[in-house]
Amino acid sequence: MKTPTFLGYRRKNKRVGIRNHVIILPVDDISNAACEAVANNVKGTMALPHAYGRLQFGEDLELFFRTMIGTGSNPNVAAVIVIGIEPGWTQRIVDGIAKTGKPVAGFSIERHGDLQTIADAARKAKEYVQWASELQREECSVDELYISVKCGESDTTTGLGSCPAVGNVIDKTVAMGATASFGETTELTGGEHIVKAKAATPAVAAAFMKVWNNYNDMVMKEKTDDLSESQPTKGNIRGGLTTIEEKAMGNIEKLGKKTKFVGVLKPAEAPTRKGLWFMDTSSAAAEAVTLWAASGAVVHLFPTGQGNIIGNPIEPVIKLSANPLTCATMSEHIDLDVSAILRGEMSVDQAGDKLLAMVVRTASGRLTAAEALGHREFVMTKLYRSA
Amino acid sequence: MISFLMHEKQDTVGVAVVDLKAGQVVQGRSLHGKASPRLKVLSDIPLGHKIALQAFKPGDTVFKYGVDIGKIVAPIKKGGHVHVHNLKTKRW
Repeated sequence: MKTPTFLGYRRKNKRVGIRNHVIILPVDDISNAACEAVANNVKGTMALPHAYGRLQFGEDLELFFRTMIGTGSNPNVAAVIVIGIEPGWTQRIVDGIAKTGKPVAGFSIERHGDLQTIADAARKAKEYVQWASELQREECSVDELYISVKCGESDTTTGLGSCPAVGNVIDKTVAMGATASFGETTELTGGEHIVKAKAATPAVAAAFMKVWNNYNDMVMKEKTDDLSESQPTKGNIRGGLTTIEEKAMGNIEKLGKKTKFVGVLKPAEAPTRKGLWFMDTSSAAAEAVTLWAASGAVVHLFPTGQGNIIGNPIEPVIKLSANPLTCATMSEHIDLDVSAILRGEMSVDQAGDKLLAMVVRTASGRLTAAEALGHREFVMTKLYRSA
Repeated sequence: MISFLMHEKQDTVGVAVVDLKAGQVVQGRSLHGKASPRLKVLSDIPLGHKIALQAFKPGDTVFKYGVDIGKIVAPIKKGGHVHVHNLKTKRW
């Protein structure tokens, strides 16, 4: 199969983006208001308010910085304004993003107040957005994409249709030389031995099992019942899924039939080479996609059964469903309807081709359903309580 | 018309791809295209839910995707509805 091309943005560090955002990034919860004020004043910029960034410590703080710096460094972002309450952590994030070579400027509120900070940051944001508006898309190749995959509100139709379609795209694009990542540590439970068998080397298999065992030990320690109403969830059960094994098997269809994964990533950690990677993520959609966007993924493939409506501010989320009821009642959320697989009128390979064509169109600029509807879920993963 | 699908030929349950009504005689096929024998639906089974392709007794293992997805905890007749009331994970 010939490697398709699309029109993308090739950044200074040679990474390829499919969007051209100028973002206003708060270091902490109390800087959200200033960031939103800047974004309100300077059209074409986007604030990313969030709930954390104060008094975090240890590995939780490292994950916080990795998420913030990674988000600003994502190739879908052209330029970044960082606003924090004090200059120290603000500068740490600015310096991290500056390594990509893209324009980035930091502002801190103490000794200036919100109003002066907003005025100074808005002036810089206006300069950035006008500069970014003149950047041109150029021909890029699918092997330059970093694709993340995760399903949500799954049911039996995700295992029959939409997840295999994603797996088919993983097989095709990774063979072309693309980078890809799957995760959902929790929801691989029941099929962890099958994922382990898809590791490229025994060392990768061992690294995966270490991450999964850590999670499983935590569940065994904290659980108060048999988890039968938490995994599968009530929504999964309504859609016909009965056991966690059944749910995991549907999920694992996304990994493809042939592709082996080449490494294990910490949450929000960037892959160091091409191929398919496992990332230790939550199975909550907004948290997980935020982590992938922070690791540099530029497009997300999201199979849904009962109809998860998630989007992300910087990484377009392409949704597909094989559930005819969902495609009929929630059509505004679905980018690709593959319910013909259930009627026996479409093969998984044909669905994969249609999905790959949708990836190419989205990469060239087509807005996803989630983008058109304004879904910008930016949700940090928090490992434990703050100090 | 296809009423239910199986992932692999050794699967002992099928997934309804339309709402099935009690008393209907239906036919399914595997994702690889192999048609199943016809069978009678014993109770209403909504789209996405599972139909028993054989009789099960408590303790039996259910296969879907060609793998073990749990154990039967209440008897099911061929054509019956398989879900949380009669199928449980072996894990917890």
